[in-house]
Parts: sequence; C-alpha cells; structure tokens
Amino acid sequence: MTASALGVALTHNIVYSAFALMGALLGAAGIFVLLGADFLGLIQLLVYVGGILVLSLFAIMLTHRIADVQVSNRSVGRGVAAVLIGLVLVGLTRVAVRATWVTTDVAPPAPTTYGVGTAFLSDFVLPFEVASLVLLVALIGAVMVSRKELRG
Amino acid sequence: MDGLSVQHFIVLSAIVFCLGLFCVVTRRNALGILMGIELILNSANINYVAFARYGGSGYDGQIFAIFVIMLAAAEAAIGLAIVLGIYQMFDTIDVDATDRLRG
Repeated sequence: MTASALGVALTHNIVYSAFALMGALLGAAGIFVLLGADFLGLIQLLVYVGGILVLSLFAIMLTHRIADVQVSNRSVGRGVAAVLIGLVLVGLTRVAVRATWVTTDVAPPAPTTYGVGTAFLSDFVLPFEVASLVLLVALIGAVMVSRKELRG
Repeated sequence: MDGLSVQHFIVLSAIVFCLGLFCVVTRRNALGILMGIELILNSANINYVAFARYGGSGYDGQIFAIFVIMLAAAEAAIGLAIVLGIYQMFDTIDVDATDRLRG
C-alpha cells in the first residue's frame, strides 16, 4: 500500500498515478479487513475503487487529449516539499512511537455489519439523515456546476 | 493480530498522510491534487479504524470512517465537476495557469 501511495505521489504520468491510487485504496481496504472492520472494507471497495476511482479516470480521459497524456503531470518544488514533509513525517512518527496509547484487548473480530447497521439506526440516526442530505446537495451541485459551464 | 499494535497502524497512516500532503503540495495538475486529498482521507480512515479496533469503543470509529468515505465521495463529485468546468474555460487544468477570476 505504501508503495502504491509512493506511486501516486511520484509518477510523471497521471494515468499511472490513478492506477497506483487504485493499489493504495485496495491496500487500505485490506487493512480495514485486517483490523476486523469487514463491512468498512467492503464499503471502501464499492465506493472508492468502484466509484471515485472510475470517476477520476473519466475526468482524466475527458480533460486530456490522448496525445499529451504523457506530459500532463508536471510537479514543481519537489526538493523543498520533500524536506519539509520529511520533517513532518519524522515528527509524526516520533509522536506515534513515543506516546503511550491506551489500548484494550477487545474481542477478536466478528462480523460487524449488524452492529454498524444498528448503530446507524439508533445512536447515529441524525448524522445519517444529514449525510443523505449532504449527498443530495452535492449531486445537485455537481450537476449545476457542469451545466452552467456548458451553457456559458 | 500477533505482533501488530496500534503504533504500526499509526505510523502507516502517518506515511500515507505525508505522501498525500506531498502530492497536494507539489502537483500542478488539479486531478493529481484531488488524488492527494483522497490519500489523506484514507490515512485518517486507517487511524479511525485502528483506534476503533484497539481502543475498545465499539463501532464509533467505523461509523466515523463511513462518514469520511461519504464526504470523500461528495467531494470527489464536486471537485471533478469543477475541474471539468475549469478545463472547458481554460483548456487546461494546470492550477498555475488558471489565474483569471473573470468569466
């Protein structure tokens, strides 16, 4: 997964970058399953790999003439950014290793779909409804943005 | 779960977060920046799920991760629509070239 994330950040061709992103997302789904969140891993596969990634690929194909896909992923200021972000990474890793995380030994993973569904319809019913509203507004907004540009 | 502790997942998440940040900072392609944002959101999700697994707080972490995935989907839809609009107006999606606010 880390290798794929490296590919997303470093390749020069944005199509390769998109396929590396697919590797990173699949790796994240595997980690979710490893952590006992099987339902979340499935959602990751469906929404990210099936939805967002295909949408990104469509956008790449629509916004580039096929001929200049090769030169389309310029990066600037890599050296400075690498140094600064390396510092950030070192700091984060130190915190992660030094801190004493309070952990409990919970039961080994069991199927989580029932619990997640119950939580959504009992404790989290208001965020659930707000989320559906947000998605509706986002869809309408996306349609309006694209249509306005088409007309203008 | 032998030998794996919450630190491993936090460090992995930090690495992915830094790569996403690097992507956002250095890319001049709007789609590349959106991909970096997806990486950052994924690293946050890994943290949520790891703490849900090791912190013993039930399903709260997983539900937050589902909300993050939902918001990422909405953000990708809006962001890609905006990128397509920029492309139609400027004929490029290089974020350094799109410096004109007037339509």
